[in-house]
Amino acid sequence: MSPTLSLAGQFVNLFAALLLLISFAMLAQRRILTLIHLLAWQGAALAASTLIVAATTGQGHLYFSAALTVLLKVVLIPWVLHRLIDELNVKWDVETLIAIPTTMLVGIGVAIFAFALATPISQMAGTLTRSTLGIALAGVLLSFLMMIVRRKAVAQVIGFLSMENGLFFAATGATYGMPLVVEMGIALDVLVATFIFGIFFFHIREQFDSLDVHHMEKLKED
Amino acid sequence: MSSAASIAFQILQSVFVVLAAPLLMGWVNQCRAWLQNRSAPPLLLPYRALAKLFHKDAVIAHNASPIFRLAPYILFGCMWLAAGIVPVLATDLPFAPAADVIALVAVFALARVFSALAAMDIGTAFGGLGARREMLIGFLAEPAMLMVLFTAAFISGSTQLTTIVETLGHREFAIHPSLAFAAVAFLMVLLAENARIPIDNPATHLELTMIHEAMILEYSARHLALIEWAVAIKLFAYMTIGFALFVPWGIAEAGDWAALPLALAALLAKLALAGAGLALLESQLAKLRLFMAPEFLAAAFLLGVLGILIHFLVRA
Repeated sequence: MSPTLSLAGQFVNLFAALLLLISFAMLAQRRILTLIHLLAWQGAALAASTLIVAATTGQGHLYFSAALTVLLKVVLIPWVLHRLIDELNVKWDVETLIAIPTTMLVGIGVAIFAFALATPISQMAGTLTRSTLGIALAGVLLSFLMMIVRRKAVAQVIGFLSMENGLFFAATGATYGMPLVVEMGIALDVLVATFIFGIFFFHIREQFDSLDVHHMEKLKED
Repeated sequence: MSSAASIAFQILQSVFVVLAAPLLMGWVNQCRAWLQNRSAPPLLLPYRALAKLFHKDAVIAHNASPIFRLAPYILFGCMWLAAGIVPVLATDLPFAPAADVIALVAVFALARVFSALAAMDIGTAFGGLGARREMLIGFLAEPAMLMVLFTAAFISGSTQLTTIVETLGHREFAIHPSLAFAAVAFLMVLLAENARIPIDNPATHLELTMIHEAMILEYSARHLALIEWAVAIKLFAYMTIGFALFVPWGIAEAGDWAALPLALAALLAKLALAGAGLALLESQLAKLRLFMAPEFLAAAFLLGVLGILIHFLVRA
């Protein structure tokens, strides 16, 4: 490995570590507003690492996907979510099903599982980003965990969006990104999903006077 | 290895740490006063307070057991021992092979156990309360501390602090995300273990919120002086452990007298910065409720574990 390549690799690893840290911070975070900021930061870390991979490997379409990430995940979706929680007036503390320290310990277990799963795959790969696959997988699983332990719909949607970040990172890490068409499609899907979730929020609240999804268990036809 | 020069270094370092520790305390207090727009106490105030306490007569409760009398000496001894193990000015100390980082944590634990026993000895409500809180913080902070130390140990391949410092100090520049995680975790442990602000308030006068102060309410005169001194040495030792792990540059080799002035200057600069940083951090943060302390320390543990995991993942 040439020195520049290894330096780029170090930076990719640094951003990967940052991504994982933000995933854990989201898991521990109680305020919805901070969750949205964390989501934006996660998008920024993702874009930065994609940019580095693009610059070192010369994969032109990764520049586009980095730009897309910044536009969508750092600017547009956080802005939409901000508007949504303003409209819904839900800046209060997030309720969790299990205590936060316990969640974090479960999160450590999940991260270890993901790392153990990814290590044999990483050893076969020869890419610059091979060591980040485990982190991406851990990010996906941690977002799952976040969706499981949160009661409120907004926090669950943020978990969903964070999971998409993890998947995107996994794609960059494993294969230097998906084809541009696929990436565009997923990005639009996520954007549309955010809007649809926004409409759902209003409906859920109208129906139950709350965004707690546990009320939906009672949903039955008379 | 244990030549006359390195033994001289060992003695010099141990004495230096014990004598300089109250100065660090004075510096932190001064910085904090400046930041809070108060007129600062003199830098040498901790020394005068210690001198004053040593000249007073000790008052001891009738039902105090020998543990109560003995605890300050054990505390002071433990901290002094810790100061001898940590490479402050020089590596390759003859004392260092006696204990690695795990033993170092155990030395701190021994001091904690004795201070908790002494606090419960008299049987006052605040003593027992402080002791329980201290043990709560301690048992959560210790695994986090060990994880931080293991991260550094894995990177350098040894649990000897001196070897860790030599390895980390002489490596070529590389970004270690794992060390960054460990550094943040270490900072959190440092705050918790030294009874600093997000966990405990060293300047509090409200018994109900006290942790460390509640334990030593019954002590007076020379016993109190020894405990206060031990607390100062503990802060000093923790800071120098932090320097050893994360900013090990400028430290001298044992027996290398020429490098000593440089090492001393580097140490003083680092301590001045770290003390000011600690004061800044303490002025910025509010004290956490006691029930939030497990969350704070769980986060530190998490960061420590992540440091280790990322080290293995990135190396693979």
